Amino acid sequence: MKQLSTKVTSNAHGQDSSYFLGWEEYEKNPYDEIKNPNGIIQMGLAENQLCFDLIETWLAKNPDAAGLKKEGQSIFKELALFQDYHGLPEFKKALAEFMEEIRGNRVTFDPSKIVLTAGSTSANETLMFCLAEPGDAFLLPTPYYPGFDRDLKWRTGAEIVPIHCSSSNGFQITESALQQAYQQAQKLDLKVKGVLVTNPSNPLGTMLTRRELNLLVDFITSKNIHLISDEIYSGTVFGFEQFVSVMDVLKDKKLENSEVSRRVHVVYSLSKDLGLPGFRVGAIYSNDEMVVSAATKMSSFGLVSSQTQYLLSALLSDKKFTGTYLNENQKRLKIRQKQLVSGLEAAGVTCLKSNAGLFCWVDMRHLLDTNTFEAELELWKKIVYEVKLNISPGSSCHCTEPGWFRVCFANMSEETLDLAMKRLKEYVESTDSRRLISKSSHERIKSLRKRTVSNWVFRVSWTDRVPDER
Amino acid sequence: MDLLSRKATCNSHGQDSSYFLGWEEYEKNPHDVVKNPHGIIQMGLAENQLCFDLLESWLIQNPDAASFKRDGQSVFRELALFQDYHGLSSFKKALADFMSENRQTRVSFDSNNLVLTAGATSANETLMFCLANPGDAFLLPTPYYPGFDRDLKWRTGVEIVPIQCTSSNGFHITKLALEEAYEQAKKLNLNVKGVLITNPSNPLGTTTTQTELNILFEFISKNKNIHLVSDEIYSGTAFSSSEFISVMEILKTNQLENTDVFKRVHIVYSLSKDLGLPGFRVGAIYSNDKDVISAATKMSSFGLVSSQTQYLLSSLLSDKKFTKNYLRENQRRLKNRQRMLVTGLEAIGIGCLKSNAGLFCWVDMRHLLSSKTFEAEMDLWKKIVYEVKLNISPGSSCHCEEPGWFRVCFANMSEETLKLALKRLKKFVDNGTLSRSCQVGESQSLKSSRKKTTTTVSNWVFRLSFHDRDAEER
Repeated sequence: MKQLSTKVTSNAHGQDSSYFLGWEEYEKNPYDEIKNPNGIIQMGLAENQLCFDLIETWLAKNPDAAGLKKEGQSIFKELALFQDYHGLPEFKKALAEFMEEIRGNRVTFDPSKIVLTAGSTSANETLMFCLAEPGDAFLLPTPYYPGFDRDLKWRTGAEIVPIHCSSSNGFQITESALQQAYQQAQKLDLKVKGVLVTNPSNPLGTMLTRRELNLLVDFITSKNIHLISDEIYSGTVFGFEQFVSVMDVLKDKKLENSEVSRRVHVVYSLSKDLGLPGFRVGAIYSNDEMVVSAATKMSSFGLVSSQTQYLLSALLSDKKFTGTYLNENQKRLKIRQKQLVSGLEAAGVTCLKSNAGLFCWVDMRHLLDTNTFEAELELWKKIVYEVKLNISPGSSCHCTEPGWFRVCFANMSEETLDLAMKRLKEYVESTDSRRLISKSSHERIKSLRKRTVSNWVFRVSWTDRVPDER
Repeated sequence: MDLLSRKATCNSHGQDSSYFLGWEEYEKNPHDVVKNPHGIIQMGLAENQLCFDLLESWLIQNPDAASFKRDGQSVFRELALFQDYHGLSSFKKALADFMSENRQTRVSFDSNNLVLTAGATSANETLMFCLANPGDAFLLPTPYYPGFDRDLKWRTGVEIVPIQCTSSNGFHITKLALEEAYEQAKKLNLNVKGVLITNPSNPLGTTTTQTELNILFEFISKNKNIHLVSDEIYSGTAFSSSEFISVMEILKTNQLENTDVFKRVHIVYSLSKDLGLPGFRVGAIYSNDKDVISAATKMSSFGLVSSQTQYLLSSLLSDKKFTKNYLRENQRRLKNRQRMLVTGLEAIGIGCLKSNAGLFCWVDMRHLLSSKTFEAEMDLWKKIVYEVKLNISPGSSCHCEEPGWFRVCFANMSEETLKLALKRLKKFVDNGTLSRSCQVGESQSLKSSRKKTTTTVSNWVFRLSFHDRDAEER
């Protein structure tokens, strides 16, 4: 009889294991401006480090919030004892209003429909537990965040069936792709319980278009299934267009109090917009009372620290701060993204046109030796080892076309981004000249590389390190 | 097609629903010394409110810890970005040392074998996910913390089979009871994956004895695939550190380090009871099995401890002067407060199980029951809630086999409030004795009206089983 559960022994989260090689290498040799200027630059981490100064200034002006005081009086005891899974009311109110602000106050969020969770990692898993039985499936457009394989499937037993999106139309979701995914699930004998999208998208950095959102709402209506919209990047929209939430679409279609609206759920978090992944603040928003009720009880397994709820309720209740922050955050992200895009252009590399997120979806297909995932992995290894940049290969995001990479821009200084672009340009230029010489020995090298890649993948699949950052 | 999962709709955590009646009533009419002196006194909440002054002084003397500063420099950014599921190493080290201190350094804990989780609630569920498959069973001695029904079973699909303990021997675990539970599991076709104990015990308030620990270790030595999980969340509430024996000590004294038993013993801890910080969500799993540590670490992604909180507490617990003083003072105050409750109850002719730990007493009110039944226990409990205006926890909610036992908390209120509670109870008991003697003659009509009461209880139970309020506090 087995001593540990199958969840532990099956290692069901080790799928795109080669992905972790980059992480390992980075950890061994991390770039530091002063201490290690030739080290690997981390561009695989979707962190928002651009606006800490704004938060730090606010903290300095409002010491009570972190100091566990309210109007100069200590509230330490009340917070220390506060473990109500309904959450701190002031915090849920402030969070609801913040979510409204991000959506231009076009839609309203009722604080009583919010369930607080320890990060959106917890929110997504909890929603799976509430909406799906083991063996049920959710449809997800590819490419998607690698963490979903663990978050949605591992302990829940739910399955993911991909909705294949391709570069032919900018990776947008089409009706035929949706239907194909649904039929594929049926072929695999899986009951489809819903669709999960990330909007704005990780790794694409694009907002879902109104057309796609309408398509999704129509689809779930006809199939009588759920729609989860993970809007964790909603505050990172920097394009000219406004962010259109699934809640906007429900309102525009006059479906707010309909039965369909009870099957639409939003996931949020402060990890990306506010750059606070360490504080573990996530939320589920649902119009279905039973989902809110069950999810609230389940949140016992991952409550937000009351110390943190209090701090953030003070921060988010300050409307002057939130208005300035959201504005400034957009501005800085836009500038930084432009820096990356032009840097890549200078290296002859393009990206998917993006208007949100903390990363670009970069097209390196022309740098592949062959139009294969093996070639993508080879290119990636070169970029990690020779160019010394850790970026995320599209295969780790279940992209169906080789050659795409996610490159983050908001987790480093301008100077570091410049350096990264310089290194890439140098590599591309040298590769171009090298490729002309080695074309003849190409076949021999191809077979060699294939074997080595497989071994690496095998070895790394048992590594203990999983990057939980998105 | 079912739109929601069975987990969401079955409400499998609504079992002892009548339990929540007391909570509801308390919420409607909570006692307040000034604003509502006749309200219901909350004695069903195992909180430790006795040492906040010590924590608050420390915070005043060490303002950096809460303000994201280290040596006057801001560490806000590092903390804001820190989401490594291996946890803040300074915090894990401080926590490991604190756990060792709690055991008078008779054993030491390696911080690499610690997994941080959002509270012991998360730790216990995570351990179940790691050690058991859906349909497997864990054996738990009764009475046990009602929350285990949800924490261990709900999303994991694991079953609990009770190890029946009785007042005949102070509710100690016996070899016979353990084996009977094992056989019962087999009869139910359940694969037993382990035993889970709470030491010191909730709701008994007693430390697990050497004899009991020997029985448990013998059991898992014999059954090579069975784990032992020891929830030691109340370890710092043992009035005398020498009386608390951790399973880690047994491993050491019996020199089990190189045996396979070593990897099958796991501890759960939390700062919710010893430090009185349930709101901060700080729990931990300790295991000598590298695979368990590895899997539990990954699973902790679903319930990490806020880095803001890890930092504050790593400062606090690294202050050895503070921790030494705190542990000693905490023990002293708890002991005094428990004595106050015990003597107060004695004066009313109510006995408790002799306890040496915890934030509550296991109170014997069997003699106040109108009949030796759980219905009578419910009746008595309702009277205590509505008439005496005390919310205490009925033994049936803890799966106690024998009716008439109640868990009564003493560390979540002031001395004055405790005295008031005892006064009210005395009044009720004195009056009760009077009214019971009147009732003997009318037993028939009472019996039928009681029957009606039973029906009403069932309705309440039914209604409450869909109530949204769940007392998640232990």
